[in-house]
Amino acid sequence: MSAAAHPDDTVTAVEGAGAVPDLTAFRRLHPSTPFLRGWKWLLAGGAVLSRDAIGRVDVAQILLTMLAVLVVGAAAGAVSWWRTQYGIVGGDLRIESGVLFRRSRRVRLDRLQAVDVVRPLAARLLGVSELRLEVAGGAKTEAPLAYLSEQDARDLRAQLLARAAGLDERTPEAPERPLLSVPLAALIGSTLLSSSFLTGVVITVLLVAGVVVSGELWLVGPVLPAALGTATAIYRQLVANYGFTVSESPDGVRIRKGLLDTRAQTVPPGRVQGVAIVQPLLWRRPGWVRVDVDVAGYAGGSGDAAGGSPSTLLPVAPRPLAVDLVRRVLPGVEVDAVPLVGAPPAARWLRPLGWRRLAVGADARVIVTQEGVLQRVTTLVPHAKTQSVRFTQGPLQRRLGLASVHVDTIPGPVDAVARHRRSAEAARMVEDQAERARTARRSAEPERWMQQ
Amino acid sequence: MDLVFAPQGEAWSGVSRQLARLRRSVLAGGLAVVVTVGTVGLWRLVGREAALGLALAGAGVLAWGWWLVGRGWRAWRYAERAEDLLISHGVLFRKLVVVPYGRMQYVDVTAGPLERRFGIATVQLHTASPATDARIPGLSPEEAARLRDRLASLGEARAAGL
Repeated sequence: MSAAAHPDDTVTAVEGAGAVPDLTAFRRLHPSTPFLRGWKWLLAGGAVLSRDAIGRVDVAQILLTMLAVLVVGAAAGAVSWWRTQYGIVGGDLRIESGVLFRRSRRVRLDRLQAVDVVRPLAARLLGVSELRLEVAGGAKTEAPLAYLSEQDARDLRAQLLARAAGLDERTPEAPERPLLSVPLAALIGSTLLSSSFLTGVVITVLLVAGVVVSGELWLVGPVLPAALGTATAIYRQLVANYGFTVSESPDGVRIRKGLLDTRAQTVPPGRVQGVAIVQPLLWRRPGWVRVDVDVAGYAGGSGDAAGGSPSTLLPVAPRPLAVDLVRRVLPGVEVDAVPLVGAPPAARWLRPLGWRRLAVGADARVIVTQEGVLQRVTTLVPHAKTQSVRFTQGPLQRRLGLASVHVDTIPGPVDAVARHRRSAEAARMVEDQAERARTARRSAEPERWMQQ
Repeated sequence: MDLVFAPQGEAWSGVSRQLARLRRSVLAGGLAVVVTVGTVGLWRLVGREAALGLALAGAGVLAWGWWLVGRGWRAWRYAERAEDLLISHGVLFRKLVVVPYGRMQYVDVTAGPLERRFGIATVQLHTASPATDARIPGLSPEEAARLRDRLASLGEARAAGL
């Protein structure tokens, strides 16, 4: 169990039930914040200046400049830290910040989509965390609290989730039950079998062989980018997803991952807007799949800092386990029980290779679409999360009597498109889907998931 | 218009003829400039026949474009149903979008300088999905305002969480 890898994230209900700190008063971020935010700039500046310093006599002047920059930077950071405060006021999280331009931000907690605790390597060394509150509609993480002490981050997360669920803020953190963890062997195997890794390795080997055989030295140049591509593939899959654990709690699904930078995500119930089960070509033999989810607020690329994408629900696992997990995030949904109907043979003119793989089906809860020849993708969108339904038909499709139906969801990795159906069937599908979405919305669970 | 794009039993409304007028004016104006410059240039450089040919070609393009604009204008239609709004448009690439009122995040009414001159406005509905393509151009300002208010009130009455 990877809980051992993140001992300080493992909070049981008993531990949390101790003294409940009062967060209604405004508080400041952790004092190490200016340092953690500034050290990269400092390092970069130092590197530039010291490069200039080489071969010059007035080293003292350079050092003095560096010192001045350091003092000014530290002062600016300290003032900014002093002027940034947060607190929970009347069901909203309020963040006051800014020195010259003051900003006061209120985040409605019942609209909270996910809470992530992100800990970059440097923050881990100092024992602090960043708390990211994801809300819909933001281009990026709109309410990051960087940095908090680990205890504060944990308390604040528990309180935010309790209030978002519609419970008393004194409710201790919900206990959690581990569902599954991804073994290291599977992560390594999936990395080795990923196309980006293999392409990088093949190109690197070919280039090196070319240099050795022909002695053409210009071939050395591209080796570095090729090797870099390989390293990126390793980082994305292996380092970012190291120790990947999924647990279940009344507050939703919890995900923990990361070797250097760690991330602990909490996605409350009813926040998953779509699921994609993806199987790259080379994962077919071991029977592995990847599961991506649409969660509002995750789409704005908030994943790059900590590595990997926050939209990954499962980086690699055998399909039955993945299906099992999908059942947890979308209660009552059986992927394989939904009857799928293939595309008509006329679709072969538009998809000569993949038309047999095109399929769509729906049950009372979700619409399921399937496509992809090399990379097989199955997408699920709950009817209650349908934003709009679109029917499109291009000139070729009309000639063939075909049309496509798009079920639009919030931005994210999941796109449900029923491609190349018979026109009449597609038209009926649009009507049925609109009707199913309407019915599903009426019976949708409340946003404050603990309130009945 | 086949049944696929206009489900029966709905009260479909078209958009104002002013939209076609606007697009035809833009087309005619643009062509006039290009053809005039081209004709004069050809007359000077090549000869009368070439200039005449270009003018004729310009007239042909104008007639064709005139007809295309008309078809495109007729293809725009929308229907307000009890729970959702239907918008259908496009001739070559045809589209029909169904937007539930409860999914609406906000409504825009816009009118550019040309649109204002022709007395029309565009209403656009936004949901949480950027893929939702729910735009109705060529509405009279009164109809646009009525639609905006109606959509806003229906959206509020049927509002659902994300």
